[in-house]
Amino acid sequence: MIVVAVIAHALLGSGALLALVRLARGPSLLDRVVATDTLLVIISASLAVHAALSRDPTVVPVLVVVSLLAFVGSVSIARYVGGMLLQSATGEGSDVGLPRAAEERAAEEREAQG
Amino acid sequence: MSVLASVADVVAAGCLLAGAFLCLTAGVGLVRFPDVLSRMHAGTKPQVLGVLLVMVGGAIRLHGLAATWMLLLVAAFQLITAPVSAHMISRVAYRRRHVRRDLLLVDELSDAGGRDSVYRGDEPADAPPEHPAQALPESRREDQEERENGSQSS
Repeated sequence: MIVVAVIAHALLGSGALLALVRLARGPSLLDRVVATDTLLVIISASLAVHAALSRDPTVVPVLVVVSLLAFVGSVSIARYVGGMLLQSATGEGSDVGLPRAAEERAAEEREAQG
Repeated sequence: MSVLASVADVVAAGCLLAGAFLCLTAGVGLVRFPDVLSRMHAGTKPQVLGVLLVMVGGAIRLHGLAATWMLLLVAAFQLITAPVSAHMISRVAYRRRHVRRDLLLVDELSDAGGRDSVYRGDEPADAPPEHPAQALPESRREDQEERENGSQSS
């Protein structure tokens, strides 16, 4: 059982580290949402592995809370990003309430130069 | 009795190790895959199968009905909520253009082909058009044409 515990925790820990790498590097907000979701799933799986290997059911209610939190967090961030989309869809598309992107400034400078 | 217990322990250890291995594959896929949809494909592997395996292992190892029912609750909750959150995230990812469309084989949502490179007024700051320097004049020309067509028709 000790060998199983060491191997399982090594696998779970390296998976969580790779999810943290994506959480730090992820180019967009949704990449970070996916990485956070996966990280919470890995955390709850490692709590369940700990509970199973030590035959200790103390942390089992925490699993319910963690899975609930993962669902609520990812859904609310997805709703938030989608709400930004709905609010910014004005009729003519000229003033969208978003900060001007650097690419837009570069294109305007290119237009002004000729 | 002891033979039965050791067999159950071996089965539980196998389930736990398989679930942990699925978590590792999720991490590798998250780092290596190119865009949000394929990262989500990798990230939901442990969310269903891995969590189910770990819960089966825990239910074999833990004594008492209370812990077993709670593990069953967690597994059922994951099965119910994983499609909902994946659907919402992938829908927002497609609309906010975090999808590598050149890697898609079939794109059933693209009704206006070729309009991807144009500013449409709903781009986030971190997902600009693919060719930004040409996109702004193109989108202005399209707006102008739409305005002229609208004034002619009305």
